[in-house]
Amino acid sequence: MRFHFPAGHNLAFFLAFPLALAAPLGALAAAPAPLNPTDVQSLRQEIDAMRADYEARLKSLEQRLIAAERAVPATPTATAIAPQPAPPLAAAPVPAVSPAPAGAAANAFNPAMSLILSGLYTGTTVDPVNYRITGFQLPRAAEAGPGARGLSLAESELGLSANIDPWSRGVANISLHADDSVSVEEAYVQTTALGNGLTAKAGRFLSGIGYLNAQHAHTWDFVDNPLAYQALLGTQYRDDGLQVRWLAPTDQYLELGLELGRGRNFPGSDTGKNGAGMASFALHTGGDMGDSHNWRAGLSVLRTDATGQELGFMDGTSNWVGNAFTGSTQVAILDGVWKWAPNGNATRTSFKLQGEYLRSRRSGSLSYDTAGANTTDAYQATQSGWYLQGVYQFLGNWRVSVRTEQLDAGSPDFGLNAAALAGTGFKPAKDTLMLDYNPSEFSRIRLQLAQDRAREGQVDNQVFLQYQMSLGAHGAHGY
Amino acid sequence: MKQKSLLLMLAAPLALLLAVPAHAALRVFACEPEWGALAQELGGDLVDVSVATSALQDPHQIQAKPSLIARARNADLVVCTGAELEIGWLPILLQQSGNTKVQEGQPGNFAAANFVRKLDVPGQLDRAQGDVHAAGNPHIQTDPRNIALVATALGARLQQIDPAHAGQYAQRLADFSQRWQQAMGRWTAQAAPLKGVAVVSQHKAFVYLYDWLGLKEVAVLEPKPGVEPTASHLQAVLVALKGTPARMSIYSAYQDSKPSDWLSRNAGVAAVKIPFTVGGTDGAKDLFGLFDDTLARLLAAGAKP
Repeated sequence: MRFHFPAGHNLAFFLAFPLALAAPLGALAAAPAPLNPTDVQSLRQEIDAMRADYEARLKSLEQRLIAAERAVPATPTATAIAPQPAPPLAAAPVPAVSPAPAGAAANAFNPAMSLILSGLYTGTTVDPVNYRITGFQLPRAAEAGPGARGLSLAESELGLSANIDPWSRGVANISLHADDSVSVEEAYVQTTALGNGLTAKAGRFLSGIGYLNAQHAHTWDFVDNPLAYQALLGTQYRDDGLQVRWLAPTDQYLELGLELGRGRNFPGSDTGKNGAGMASFALHTGGDMGDSHNWRAGLSVLRTDATGQELGFMDGTSNWVGNAFTGSTQVAILDGVWKWAPNGNATRTSFKLQGEYLRSRRSGSLSYDTAGANTTDAYQATQSGWYLQGVYQFLGNWRVSVRTEQLDAGSPDFGLNAAALAGTGFKPAKDTLMLDYNPSEFSRIRLQLAQDRAREGQVDNQVFLQYQMSLGAHGAHGY
Repeated sequence: MKQKSLLLMLAAPLALLLAVPAHAALRVFACEPEWGALAQELGGDLVDVSVATSALQDPHQIQAKPSLIARARNADLVVCTGAELEIGWLPILLQQSGNTKVQEGQPGNFAAANFVRKLDVPGQLDRAQGDVHAAGNPHIQTDPRNIALVATALGARLQQIDPAHAGQYAQRLADFSQRWQQAMGRWTAQAAPLKGVAVVSQHKAFVYLYDWLGLKEVAVLEPKPGVEPTASHLQAVLVALKGTPARMSIYSAYQDSKPSDWLSRNAGVAAVKIPFTVGGTDGAKDLFGLFDDTLARLLAAGAKP
């Protein structure tokens, strides 16, 4: 096998730079020795000598400038509306007319900065405190359900990005939560110069599996993510690790993504191992059908490990029953999106149809009621879910969308714990209707109505009113 | 060494790489039809041009769709307007392309707006003014003098990236420039009656056209750049036009004609669709046709009697 290795030194550099970062810290530790009075005296003399030298040089430069100005005949100054001279016929290169450099100001290299501001009103007919998705065990901190009732600040997201050097760029998305806590949504470095269709990412990032997973919350077409994402991927799967993506050199779009990660988040958990707790691959293809239609479809598989992962659910009397899972989880995702706009011009009218099917297989062992009975036995579960949604844009600024979705908890094999944990075959489902108005591409006001039937025997009618605004750098969004 | 084995692990996906088939022609990815047409004029058989958008699409609002990513990945040269016109989609295309040749700052990345003098450069940057472009108005292709400047720069760039055929590019550029100068002389003579004619723009997209022809913009139908015309703003325009009457209201092929049609009905101001770029109308088949047709439409509606 021949290794084609065009940009090896970049990769080496990429791996070496965390080490390089540590080096200057040593240098900082050496503090300068204090100055004594004679030192100050001699420094002063040196500075005076330098000043005299520079003044003499400036004078001579001034004289030369005056002489040069006299030598050149006066040229008319171009006014703002003066016609441009005819270009030369020969291929003499035209100098780039670029704006004056931003100056030597220290902030000229500041990263591009953007801020998402969002607020929410939530009304539900069933108290969201005991929200659960019947038949699906989730960590206690899982972000499932409609969140808090009433008025609240939604996630404010601060984004920073810039090129680091000719070979890489850096991106950070910091999330400020309504409860005054801060979290690092994403913080990664990405190569820009590997070539051959290759891009590598390192750090914390949203996994490239499925369609919705890699999209930031402010680009979603609804207030919330589908139930299948909430139940099987912990709303959105992000991890600390490494991603390599390769785009095939074909006219047909074909992209392969591979990821290795820590596997810290649900469906994984910290395992304390040296190796990777998460591995994934994603294969996507897509294209156009005429000027008005385009599409993308893909298959992804995520595999995570968990050790003593705390899961649980609320029992009939609102008591938390805590279980612990050890084993591996494999989530396969089929995703597809199709977009239409007349002649490909989505300024006023467009339509998007999108759907995903997720199937999760967990196998290992489960300890039931860790605070009480604490009985451990083998556990096997195959669970799945899908959603289908359509978004129609009309009158330019308005969009209406509808989403329908369902989950299947399957018939997990709980071994010895079957009596306590066996389900009823209930299939959680939800239907959602959304209407939003976008005064500009930087702002959105949204109304969402949903009927959530995720809890067995309870129908929750939900209403959301949301604003989402973005300020700062003009974002570029993926497909 | 530990680092070496890590490197090898990372290199494994690279082994999947197939040898890229060597294409004879230089692959040019043009963001807008006018630059695709120009690259074709200057490159002829030496280039294989693919155009990302059509004249019926708003170049501000394009999505980084799969077909475009695939084409950007295989391009030797990306020719775009720049000046932030493609800011909502081109950065994503370039990032996802994994193509070193066409990244910003590389010879394979050509931004036409860097080679012309830009108008409407805002003195103050504030989104309260709408979707303003910090670098100035990016719709530079409506002035043939700009096309000439960009042609010279693009011709030089083609010679730089494909030095084996430099002589042929130079010859094609000289040939094009000569034909273009002749055409510009013809257009300028034809357009003389348009000098000083008062017009209304639907979007602030024609400032270079006005600068060239001496047309006078007395109103804009969009209240702010990129903001849809509202009923109240249209009423205000109507009132303003009573004081300073305009002869026509101009919109691009990709735009909805409703606001201009409304003005035509209510103020008797002729609504004139101009191709805006190659392919915008049946007459605008190439760069020469673009200006022939634009002038014909303007003259039909607005020449002084």
